Order: sequence, then structure tokens, then C-alpha cells
Amino acid sequence: MTMKLDRRSFIKSAAATSAIATAASLFPGISFAGWEKLEDAAGMITWHKAPCRFCGTGCGVLVGVSGERAVAVKGDPNCSVNKGLCCVKGYHSVQALYGKDRITRAKVRKNGEMVEVPITEALDLIAAKMKETISSHGKDSVAVYGSGQWTIPDGYVASKLFKGCIGTNNVEANARLCMASAVTGFMTSFGIDEPMGCYEDIEHANVFVTWGNNMAEMHPVLFSRMLAARKRNGDVEIIDFATRTTRTSQAADKSILFKPQTDLAVANAICHEIIRNNWVNRDFVNKHVSFRKGLTNIGYGVEDHFQFQDKPEGINFAEFETFLKDYTPERVEKISGVSARDIRYLASLYGDPKKKVTSFWCMGMNQHTRGTWINNLVYNIHLLVGKISTPGNSPFSLTGQPSACGTVREVGTLTHKLPHGVVMNEHDRQMAAEIWNVPVENIDPKPTYHTVEMFRALDRGDIRFIWIQVTNPMVTMPKLKRYRDGALKEDRFIVVSDVYPTPTTDVADVILPAAMWIEQEGMFGNSERRTQHFDEIVPPPGEAMSDTWQLIEVARRLGYEKQFPWSRDEYIGKIWEEYRRFHDSPKHNMAPYEVLRARPGVQWPFVNGRETRWRFNPKYDPACTSGEDFHFYGHKDNRAWIWARPYEPAAESPDQEYNFWLNTGRVVEHWHTGSMTRRVPVLHNAMPSSYVEINPDDAAELGVVNGDMVKIISRRGEVAMPASINGRGVPPRGMVFVPFFDESYLINEVTLDAFCPISKQPDYKKCAVRLEKA
Amino acid sequence: MPILGYIASPRSGAKKELLQELNALQYCEAFPADNVDILILVTDTPDKETEAMLQQQLKDINALESLSMTFGYNNELHEGERNDNEA
Repeated sequence: MTMKLDRRSFIKSAAATSAIATAASLFPGISFAGWEKLEDAAGMITWHKAPCRFCGTGCGVLVGVSGERAVAVKGDPNCSVNKGLCCVKGYHSVQALYGKDRITRAKVRKNGEMVEVPITEALDLIAAKMKETISSHGKDSVAVYGSGQWTIPDGYVASKLFKGCIGTNNVEANARLCMASAVTGFMTSFGIDEPMGCYEDIEHANVFVTWGNNMAEMHPVLFSRMLAARKRNGDVEIIDFATRTTRTSQAADKSILFKPQTDLAVANAICHEIIRNNWVNRDFVNKHVSFRKGLTNIGYGVEDHFQFQDKPEGINFAEFETFLKDYTPERVEKISGVSARDIRYLASLYGDPKKKVTSFWCMGMNQHTRGTWINNLVYNIHLLVGKISTPGNSPFSLTGQPSACGTVREVGTLTHKLPHGVVMNEHDRQMAAEIWNVPVENIDPKPTYHTVEMFRALDRGDIRFIWIQVTNPMVTMPKLKRYRDGALKEDRFIVVSDVYPTPTTDVADVILPAAMWIEQEGMFGNSERRTQHFDEIVPPPGEAMSDTWQLIEVARRLGYEKQFPWSRDEYIGKIWEEYRRFHDSPKHNMAPYEVLRARPGVQWPFVNGRETRWRFNPKYDPACTSGEDFHFYGHKDNRAWIWARPYEPAAESPDQEYNFWLNTGRVVEHWHTGSMTRRVPVLHNAMPSSYVEINPDDAAELGVVNGDMVKIISRRGEVAMPASINGRGVPPRGMVFVPFFDESYLINEVTLDAFCPISKQPDYKKCAVRLEKA
Repeated sequence: MPILGYIASPRSGAKKELLQELNALQYCEAFPADNVDILILVTDTPDKETEAMLQQQLKDINALESLSMTFGYNNELHEGERNDNEA
């Protein structure tokens, strides 16, 4: 039975939740079964499973509902990801549904003013504008830009509508900004995307190396699992390898700082030492690895229409060894600032056959102008010593959004991708055309624009219509001014589907009210290949509807009723079963809809009723067919590829005029641009505004004390914000760090839109700035 | 009319006793962590005088080592601030 929860009970529940969240941060792994009994005994709340709305960890939560309102959250003890634990954002997540400025009605710009209209009128206008734009400027003048917060059905119908029906590959998602380098890293090293390991590696590893990854703030639940494993197992070391000192450094057994971009050189030096000390697992390498080199001096993509195509060339082990001769620890010490002794120490951890090693990374390696390369290089280390695809031995790329893997990587909502394969491949296009019930000629074999180039195309006028869903590019695009000015140009039509006003809704011609998280049914896919279903647990407010249904409504207005035939009470299940047809093989099979509904999450490949925890290992992975102890089936040679990739400098480094590195990132309280978490009072009060971290010696030279306003100036723009000295994070001399969650301080006015030429992912961690006391 | 949330730490070996004593007090609801020696305490008093009295009662509990406040809400202070995040 469910009773309505009164306001006072709600506040008491918030008080308990807040205390639990604090306790969880102090005591990793703590649980409170008694609270559940207390709440249940009160008979006021019913509990429903869902994945958390925020990061890519994919914590299972139980959402407490009273009447038609979500009032409480607790960790789902049945979810293997978090085993009942949540982070501070997770515990307060339902409050993000109820900010007072929630968008509940559609708005259309009329005579320069945004005016509320019935949502049907807004949908009619969108469809008419798309038809008109295509008629005047061609199919490639319309685009959709989504995100890793799209549910899997959201991304699937967007791809089907734009690629299959309209026939444009103008489909991108903000995951291009956060994990495209991880994808190209996997594809070039293994020929298939997504991690071979799973979070259970944490309980098996003896050594964790966090490569430019502040897990204590970005993936706090996984970090808690690491700390708990260290406490429980004893023989566990955590090495934080980073460019600034953070909470992760403080909790680690050893903190090693490197100069920005030089992780490339250090990774090669580790391989150099592994070979020099004869720590190579020769049997593994001989049976399962082949060697490649690619092009060098590959550019940075700062100019419009930049093109790059790598040319892989086979090399042998001896040639790889020769390539590494430039990377002795002493030479790399001079480049990286990491002592030769620490380089040898890192190599010894990876090289010790008795130690199981897990490497974690996220934005530090992915938002990198050589992001693909550094992903390759960390795989090189694991492959040389054969520490991969077994419990505890895992090179593990973490994701930042709840469905960056599920929606963007698996559904393929990037310009070159299809739900299975790529648009360039005829067989993949035929499969898509058959499943989508469209002529194969509809699917264009040529990719169009990756994200940065898509917004450049909007600025140039090559794109005239863009529909932005579940993301906030007018905060997140690097070199922001160009792209905001582009969006505001005449003859550009911008549709934004979102839940709160943002700088992106500010540039919209139409705003659609979106259902958020548990106000709709959907699925997310997390970092460890886990697909997680959630029901519509509470009704969306006003006229808000799911992004999936918004797209279907417009698709039907464009004449594609046949491709989008589902009714509103069953569309998610029908879409899932259609989508699942793309992955019908032991390498990628997805769980049926009913299985997803029943469990807190299911890892793919899901074959004969079993989930796969470690890929490429026949003990766990049914797709292995070689009869060997491992089978890297992604590449045609059935081997993983070690790449010779050199150190190359950043696109822009400090000089006499702009003498500081600028590094940007996140904080534990806020999720990405803060459009949701800044509306949660507890989170907002805990971290009300952004700041610039400055090394205390640099601050003294500038004459700046904590809280003083500091102007950060680059060749692109400037922003003034308060200084933080010896705060939560401390950068080394010559570097400043700024969190990007606060739209009052748009740090991306300052950043550079250089990207990795292979992944096309921008580098938000490195550009040159100068500081002035404001 | 404050509502306050705390982490309560018992003296060594006195977790169970502390739980009983806290739940025996009017205006208090406490529940323990399963695997760590702490409790969560939520208090809900009708006025300042009662709150002051409860604070004194809490100080008198021998089994209580310390209280760390993690959440505070007061009707008088928050009047007029209500938004949709408060049911």
C-alpha cells in the first residue's frame, strides 16, 4: 500500500539520506539495511529499481515513490555495480526532478520572444522546418546532436530517422567529447569496442594505476570499492599518475605527477623497461599479439574541414623494440618530469608476474590530442606482459555518462556508425536497411561531420537545422564563442529538448519539454557492458515527453509512419527487440527485454542465458572459438595489436605570452554542466560556484589570495573567477585547473578546439593561458 | 521547528545500547549501519525550547561518543523559501 508522504516526512527522509551520503563518503562500503525496514514499516514509500541518472558507473538505485512523486533514493543491494552504495549525487538524484524552473511546456520563438505553445504545435513546426530546410539546402543541412544521456531507445530512433529515413549521417552525440578516443583505442588495438574486463577486476587486482583519472571525485563508488579491496586484501597498491594533486592522489599509496601530454612518453618508457628487463610474456605475445605502426606528425584539427586517415603498417617485435630505444627512463624524465626511478617502479609493477594490475582511465587520456595513441600505449603495456582479460588484469576505460556505452557506442550514434558496424561498409548498410525497413540507397556510405566539425558546419551555414537533445553544448563546446555565435546566426533553426533552461535553450528557436530519467521507460548501458532497464516510475510534468517519443512524433509528421509504428504503451519494448537484431551474435548478443526488466542490469555478450564478464578469454567468453587460452577475435588476424606511437607535443603549450597550462574537469558534487545537480539544494550549497585552482607559489607571485578574482586569458577569450589555493586539488606550478559545471563562468570561452585526428575528440585538458589579478 | 540529521558515534562496544537510548527519546529516530560502528539519527522537534531540551538529553547519554550534524532544516529560517524540491 502506498500513502502520500507529507512535507515534514519528506524533509526527515532527506535528513536521513544526507547523513547516509556523508557516512558513505567516510566509510566506503557502509550499508544501512535498517533504513529500508524503517521506511517500509512506515508504509509510505514503494521502491522501484533504476540505474542512477548520472555518471557511467551505472550504480543500481532503488527509488522511493510516494503518490506520484519520487521522494527518496538508496543504493540497490542487488546490483553488483555498487552493492547498495551510492555517491553524494546518487543519494540526492531524485531531487533533480523537482527544480522550480523545470521546463514543462513547449516554447517557440515568435518575434524574438519565447512563447509557450501546445507541444503538438511545436512538433508540427519542427517537422515543417525540417522539410523546408531539406528542400532548400539538401538532406545534409539537418542534424541531430544527442548525448550519452540519451536512453538506448532515444539514440536508436534518432539514428533510424536521420540515417535510415532522411538519409543523412548528421548524427552525433556529446560522447564524442568524452570517450571517442576510448572507442578508437579499442578499435585499433582490438578491432572491437568496449572493455574486456568488468568491475569485478577491482576485487582481484593487486595494483591499480589511475592514468590521469581522479576517480575519488569522478567515479567515487568504484573508488570506494578499490579502497575497500585494499583494506580487505592488504596486498594492494594504488598509484595515482596524474598532472595535478587531487583527492585520488591523497588516498593513493603513491602519487606521480607528469607534465601534460607526456603520458605518451612515460607509457613508451614503461614498455622499454619491460623489454629491457625481460618481463615480456613471450608465450602470450607470440600467440596473441601482432605489431603495427601508423602515421606520425598527424596534426591537431584546429582548421575547418581537417581530414586525417591513418595508414597502419605491420612491423615486428624487433622493430617495436628499436622504436622504443628513444624512450629510456632518463630521456623520458627530461620530457615528462617523472623521475627515471618512478618510471622503473611503474614498469616493475606491470612486469611483476605475481601482481595483477588494473589500469583505469577516463577523460585524462581520452580528452587528448593523441587520445587514440595513449589508449593504444596503455594496452601495449598490458599486452606485453599478458595482463589482460583475466580477473584483476584489466586495462579499463571508464565512461562519464550513464549511457555513453549503451547509446553512443553500441547503438552507434556517431556520424560514421550504425547499430552494427559503420556506414562505409556495404554489408552493414544492408543489415540496417533490412531491419529499418528502408531502401539500402537511403543510407549514405559517407560519414559527414564529427561533433566539432558539425558545429563548425552550423557556423558556416552548411547545417541550417539542428535538434539538440539531453545535452548542453553552449557550455561544453571548446572555443565556445565561435559555436554560440554560429548558432545565433540568421537562417539557423535550433531545437532543444531539455528539462531545465540552460545556455543552450537560450539559443533555441523551439524548446521541447523532456521527460527526465525515471519519468520514462528506457535503458542505459554502463562502462562494463551492462545494460540497465528502468520503468516509468513517476509521471513526467506538464506536457513533457520522452526524447524517443518526440522523435517518433516528428518522424510520423515527416511521413515515416511505417518505420515508427509503435503505440505509446509498448514502444520501448518493441524498439529494444528491433534494436537487438543488430547484435545477434555471440560477440555482442544483448539480453531480451523481459530479462532486462527483471534484473538490475545484464552484461553483454548475453549468450544462452549467461552474461560475459571477461571477453577474449574462453573460460568466460562464448565468442572465443580458436581453441587457444585467449582469442582476440576483433581483428581478422585474431590478434591484439601493439602500436608504435611516439610522443608528440600538445596542440598549444605555454609560452612567454601565455605561460600557464589550463586544465578543465569536474567535481564530485556536480554532474557535467550542473544543469541538474545545481538545482539540488544540498549539492548546490556544498559547491555553489566554480573557481580556478592555482598553485600557492604562483598565487603568491600574482599577489592573489583565496577568493580573489583572477582573469584567465587565452588566444580565444577570457573569464574571471575566484581563486582556490590549496583547496581540494592543487596543480603544479605553471598550471591552473577549472571545473566546468558552472554556467556563470564559461571556461570554454578560453579552451581550444584541437582534437585527436583519429577519434576527433577535443582536448579539454591542455591549452595555454595567462593570468591576471582581476 | 528544526529537523536535523546526524552521524552518531557510540563509545566503544556501546552501539546497541546507544541505538536503544536514542530511539527511546521523544523526537528521535535512529538506525544503525550494518557494518560500521555508527548510527544515523534524525531529530524533529516542534520548537526551540524542545530542541534545547533534546540537545541536553543527548549530551547526557553515556553511550554517545559524538554527534556530527549533516543536515539542518528550520521552518522559521526557511519560511518563504519553499520550492518544488520540498514535497
